[in-house]
Amino acid sequence: MAMAGAVLNDGIVRTADGTPLKIKLRQTERRERIKALTLISPLFLFIALTFLMPIAVMLFNAIYDPDVSDNLPQTVIALRAWDGKDVPGEAVFAAFVQDMRAANQNKMTAMIGKRLNYEISGIRSKVVTTGRKAAALEGGPYREAVLAIDPIWGQTDTWATIKRSSSAYTPFYLLSMLDLRQAADGSIERVPANRAIYVDVLLRTIGISLLVTTCTLILGYPVAYMLATLPQKTASLLMIFVLLPFWTSLLVRTTAWFVLLQDNGVVNDLIIALGISDHPLKLIFSRFGTIVAMTHIQLPFTLLPIYSVMKTISPTYMRAAKSLGATPFYAFLRVYMPQTLPGVAAGCLLTFILSLGYYITPALVGGPTDQMVSGFIADAINRENNWGKACAFGTILLTATLILYYVYNKLIGIDRMKLG
Amino acid sequence: MKKLSVVFGAALLASTAFIAAAPAQAGDELTVVSWGGAYSMSQRKAFIEPFVADGNKVTEEEYNGEIAKLRAMIEAKSITWDVVDVDTQTALAACAEGILETIDWSKLGLDRSKFIGGDLQDCAVPNIVYSTVLAYDTTKLNPPPTQMTDLFDMAKFPGKRALQKSPFVNLEWALIADGVDAADVYKVLGTPEGVDRAFKKLDTIKKDVVWWEAGAQPPQLLADGQVAIASDWNGRFYNAVKVDNKPFKIIWDRQAPDWDWWAIPKGTPKLDGAYRFVAYSSDAQRMADQTKYISYGPSNLDSSPMVDPSVLGDLPTAPDNMKTALNVDPQFWADHGDELRERFNAWLAQ
Repeated sequence: MAMAGAVLNDGIVRTADGTPLKIKLRQTERRERIKALTLISPLFLFIALTFLMPIAVMLFNAIYDPDVSDNLPQTVIALRAWDGKDVPGEAVFAAFVQDMRAANQNKMTAMIGKRLNYEISGIRSKVVTTGRKAAALEGGPYREAVLAIDPIWGQTDTWATIKRSSSAYTPFYLLSMLDLRQAADGSIERVPANRAIYVDVLLRTIGISLLVTTCTLILGYPVAYMLATLPQKTASLLMIFVLLPFWTSLLVRTTAWFVLLQDNGVVNDLIIALGISDHPLKLIFSRFGTIVAMTHIQLPFTLLPIYSVMKTISPTYMRAAKSLGATPFYAFLRVYMPQTLPGVAAGCLLTFILSLGYYITPALVGGPTDQMVSGFIADAINRENNWGKACAFGTILLTATLILYYVYNKLIGIDRMKLG
Repeated sequence: MKKLSVVFGAALLASTAFIAAAPAQAGDELTVVSWGGAYSMSQRKAFIEPFVADGNKVTEEEYNGEIAKLRAMIEAKSITWDVVDVDTQTALAACAEGILETIDWSKLGLDRSKFIGGDLQDCAVPNIVYSTVLAYDTTKLNPPPTQMTDLFDMAKFPGKRALQKSPFVNLEWALIADGVDAADVYKVLGTPEGVDRAFKKLDTIKKDVVWWEAGAQPPQLLADGQVAIASDWNGRFYNAVKVDNKPFKIIWDRQAPDWDWWAIPKGTPKLDGAYRFVAYSSDAQRMADQTKYISYGPSNLDSSPMVDPSVLGDLPTAPDNMKTALNVDPQFWADHGDELRERFNAWLAQ
């Protein structure tokens, strides 16, 4: 060994060229590490750009709300001195008229109205009208003139709302996704019952996901066991039946359920022909339809990890247990099943988290009370043009998922999970 | 204005932009966005195919009125829509929010006074008069429903209903069925008590309603026997009867006529092409041609004499059909649409 000869009097192990071995090793290691980093850097960049950044932007947009502060800049400054007790004085109104003139010219009054309308129902059209009329005002005093345009400007609540929205950051969207809001005095209260739906939607989403996960486990576990224990040839053939739907588009499978479950569909025709019921059962546009279709789509995701873990379990364990006197059931319960748990854990987590994001399936085969969080996010983006709401709902869903994941990890342990 | 939304929008739209950018550079290809189904088909036959034959390039896209996508595009400065078919309230609201081009009629080379409703708004050119109507399957309901209020009569006309997943027209119908005078509908709907009253009436049929989003769904739901009475735009039912020989019949009572408009997104890089397409499609003869494919009334007054007389009775504007028509107030919807939609969505989810 070369190193043996390189030991000098000072007791430090050196390489042939005299550098201490420790440093030399560290240098080599660093070079290797840089090489490895270069290899994974494309993936890292990809994830940062397509995954981490959008999430960060979403979290930010859930509290970022510049519509009022950007478009009513002088009003916002003038309102700082306002005590909130009475209708503000001339200074605020003068600033307001100036801001509204500019907003009217840039066609921004509708945006201001839209934002304020989230909190004061019906104010949108009043803001737009006020903008138009304010542009035509010739000179002060503005307070009387604006009050004459619409009585809403004579209410302290209106100004309190503008003052509250004057910061570019707001808890408004996050609160409203929890069916809460800020009262005029800044305290947090519940929204009226006819608007409180989001907590329900969130709980419904988690509930449906849990139910679908349970259904796929009950249906998938025995099938996985059969596939794992049958002779290879038969198992491969049966595997096709599991994989075929797996390869079919989600939309196609959902539409297929639509055809099967509708009132004059195959299933209802059969039920009536067999005399089980004399009228079509409500299979579609219901919770039942949603669960059935989602379970069908998610089944392979739960089944495959369980199957691949089962394949690694040697049959000798069961034989040993039986030879030691265990009944087949007892051997299965105490010897076989515990070994499959890592696969069960992986499959269930996969299905549960994928289910949380379902959107198309509930929209097609579910009723209005079966829509999940993603459907409301799509509505907020596509129809209401309310990104703050969409981002806030996304943030709440992400947080709920992470909390559930944490609990799951505590109960089962993510390191015990196995995909095969 | 929203810096981060821009980044977000850019991320959102990156994929669309990539796909759309390539053909856009290849030629001056226009993207025309409309409502799909039989309606898009009629526009394809009457306008787009001749326009393409004249040496232009057009890509068609479908949407269900989600104008918010346009704002996202404009904020991300990646506008891939060039001409959009919008309804009146959407055009008014979008115009007020500054996401549509103000129409320069002299650039179009058209006489604004020749268009019914042409002076109603600044950011759009009227193309057709359509109507939201009810229809039923004549082989299923006997005696047949004859008036709008039959929609709410579950005892006499059993079976599910298909209604648009929107408060628009549904709230008006509910109030009239509840006894509100048709002339006062928007006055009542403008009050919180009126809104409550409308939803209370809708509550009576809520569990029997299938909510549709795309105009192509209701004829399918009727044909499948999934619903007994359905609402849709009259041309979709007309098409199902004429082309697919379905036994459907339209109830013209309390029909809700409205315009559809061509609008041009603000800042489209193909502004000239967009103007050319709108002008081309507003030609009297071509508008009359469209009635061969769908029963919507052309907004160009010069088209009227060119329309095949056999179609006239199926247009929403036929005098017989207009007798009890609802006087839709698009400005009301432009102003109150947001809050009513939100209330409607909450009501649906409860």
